[in-house]
Amino acid sequence: MTSFLPANCALFLANAVNLAPVDYAILLIYVFVVVAIGFALKRYMKSSADFLTSGRSIPAWVTGLAFMSANLGALELVGMSACGAQYGIATCHFYWVGAIPAMVFLAVFMMPFYYGSKARSVPEYLKMRFDERVRGFNSITFAVMTVFASGISMNALAGLLHQLLGWNYDLSLWICSAVVLVYVLKGGLTSAIYTEVLQFFMIVLGFAPVVYLGLKDVGGWSAVTRNLAQVSQHPAAQNLNDKVFGADAWTSAWSPIIGGAAENPMGVDIFAMVFGLGFVLSFGYWCTNFLVVQRAMAAKNMTSARNTPLIAAVPKMILPVLVILPGMIAAVLGNMQGKNYSIPKTEIPEASYPALIQVLKSESANLDAAAVTPEVIKSLEKKLTDATGKSSGISFFAPKLAPLAASAKTLDDAALKPAIQDAVTNDYNGVILSLLQRYCPTGLLGLALTALLASFMSGMAGNVTAFNTVWTYDLYQAYIAPNKSDEHYAWMGRAITVVGILLSIACAYFARNFNNAMNICQLVFGFVNAPLFATFLLGMFWKRTTGTGAFLGLLAGTATSAIFHGLTLSVGSNPGVKGAYLGLAHTFPSEMAQNFWLATFAFSVCFLLTAGISLATQRTKSDADLKGLVYSLTPKLVVENQPFYLKPAVLGSVLLGICVILNIIFW
Amino acid sequence: MGLDLRKPIGIFFLVLGVILVGHGFLTRGAEMYAKSLGININLIWGAVLIVFGLLMLIPALLSKGGGE
Repeated sequence: MTSFLPANCALFLANAVNLAPVDYAILLIYVFVVVAIGFALKRYMKSSADFLTSGRSIPAWVTGLAFMSANLGALELVGMSACGAQYGIATCHFYWVGAIPAMVFLAVFMMPFYYGSKARSVPEYLKMRFDERVRGFNSITFAVMTVFASGISMNALAGLLHQLLGWNYDLSLWICSAVVLVYVLKGGLTSAIYTEVLQFFMIVLGFAPVVYLGLKDVGGWSAVTRNLAQVSQHPAAQNLNDKVFGADAWTSAWSPIIGGAAENPMGVDIFAMVFGLGFVLSFGYWCTNFLVVQRAMAAKNMTSARNTPLIAAVPKMILPVLVILPGMIAAVLGNMQGKNYSIPKTEIPEASYPALIQVLKSESANLDAAAVTPEVIKSLEKKLTDATGKSSGISFFAPKLAPLAASAKTLDDAALKPAIQDAVTNDYNGVILSLLQRYCPTGLLGLALTALLASFMSGMAGNVTAFNTVWTYDLYQAYIAPNKSDEHYAWMGRAITVVGILLSIACAYFARNFNNAMNICQLVFGFVNAPLFATFLLGMFWKRTTGTGAFLGLLAGTATSAIFHGLTLSVGSNPGVKGAYLGLAHTFPSEMAQNFWLATFAFSVCFLLTAGISLATQRTKSDADLKGLVYSLTPKLVVENQPFYLKPAVLGSVLLGICVILNIIFW
Repeated sequence: MGLDLRKPIGIFFLVLGVILVGHGFLTRGAEMYAKSLGININLIWGAVLIVFGLLMLIPALLSKGGGE
């Protein structure tokens, strides 16, 4: 799950592929191995802590790879290659600016408190540091969010299997969920972590040959930069962007962004990029999201816990080659004559055309070409939904189709059909699949597809294991049934795993049938996430921060997100789910810029209010209570027998240095 | 945890590698390799997977530390 990209329930619309027996064999072997890992771990699952927190016993290289892999879900893979085609190399900022500094900060400064406090979850740390109100707010929003995230991912998986392989949607959803249920129920968090590591190697070894073949096909890196320079100057040729940019817009990470929001296809200015993404969103996600922090908390000792994010940072820096470069290759292939490739278009089922044309014609009677107002778009959207069904996703393109309705008077059916296809936007989510289909013969195809399915399933497992821990320790034990035996909580951990999977399945159906409602839910979670890091920053580094300050600051920060979103909009969007439901105060050049600035405002309000209210309220926790929870009240960690070059601060500085060099190379 | 993760990962990729090499050998010269630019990618990549599997498996079998 990524919290950075605009809310979007992926609509995969890919051409069917035929799998050979060898591909199915690879898929089945994968399923067999993950289930076998679950059964092999079963005998170690004795207490509730073994099941829910791995009994703090896992070596650092495993937690490190799982830490990174927990974020490398399938929607992330699909989304990053999509962005690679849409925005080029600047997409790497989600991996460099948007992750590495935060991971180093977590390792050097925050992990000692998370791990040293013996908290079993992030909400539990909040309870120790502040009070029950902050924990309650965080644990409830987090629990709901994980179930939704897992449901969205499973919906995408079942939809993909249905469209790609022709499998039955319900059957795919239930079988994949059952596999996840079996191995999580047997091996608990350890199972989830182990399969995340397996998934990481699957992604690397499954995608590397595809990237290699793609690069070879277009003629190497120099051909990529040469073609992307042309793409930058004529992005409209592939429907990538309506504007025109400088030659380096797709191939430089920084100079187009320094040039201003109008100079880069992301539509993002430098402040929003560095402060909004690089500080607020990135630190908020990597340092406070229990889904990833849980992996580090499962490490076998303090050194391993602190090394977890550092180990994760190494593959994180290199991964753009596997997840972003394919998208750039797709844009290059689309630009090259004779490669016979174009970025996948959202496909309209043949059967929908007559109804679609009918709607456009009936609508054309009511308007003339000059007046495509938001009301017209709204009414068209409604009619399209009635005529083609909500799940087809066609109504989503109402803004693009409205101008066609205006000219439908003069065009006949045969001319309207290609015009409709042209108006419908690129389906960037199909980019990675289109490359797999292009380059993979059977055998390799099985490996690559299994890697993709593995990341869907381990995404569900990751969410479910975070959910069952927060439920059992932070909600059930805290508020519903305190002071029970450990056997009872171990039983509850397993029971809630089953419930969590069933809730995910329910959410998957919800996402399938009410795509818009799901987008709204994701939006609301974004509101909750944006200010969170301010609470942690003040809580961990300023002993004067009070529970009341933290709680009210967090609420105000969340409210600020909602109000900010209600008053702003991005260019080309209509008021509604995209913002401006309270009125329009400002228009951003892109949804991404809106998102980054929203986070910046929410963080600032939360920070200032938490600090202000803390000064105005009495402390409820003494210095002694806060020992091990706040930086200035905790004795410095002294690790004996550790050479200086293995200290987290030194390793972290080296990693930051490498990250800076990467940024300079691709400036 | 007592299970050394290097073992299942090593075995898994070893098996996949053998399958890909076998499949690549049986289908050499097949039309479908036009997709992979004329390269028998199954044969080559299968060999890579075998090497990776062994790199995971051999140290795990030699050590008694459980992947530490």
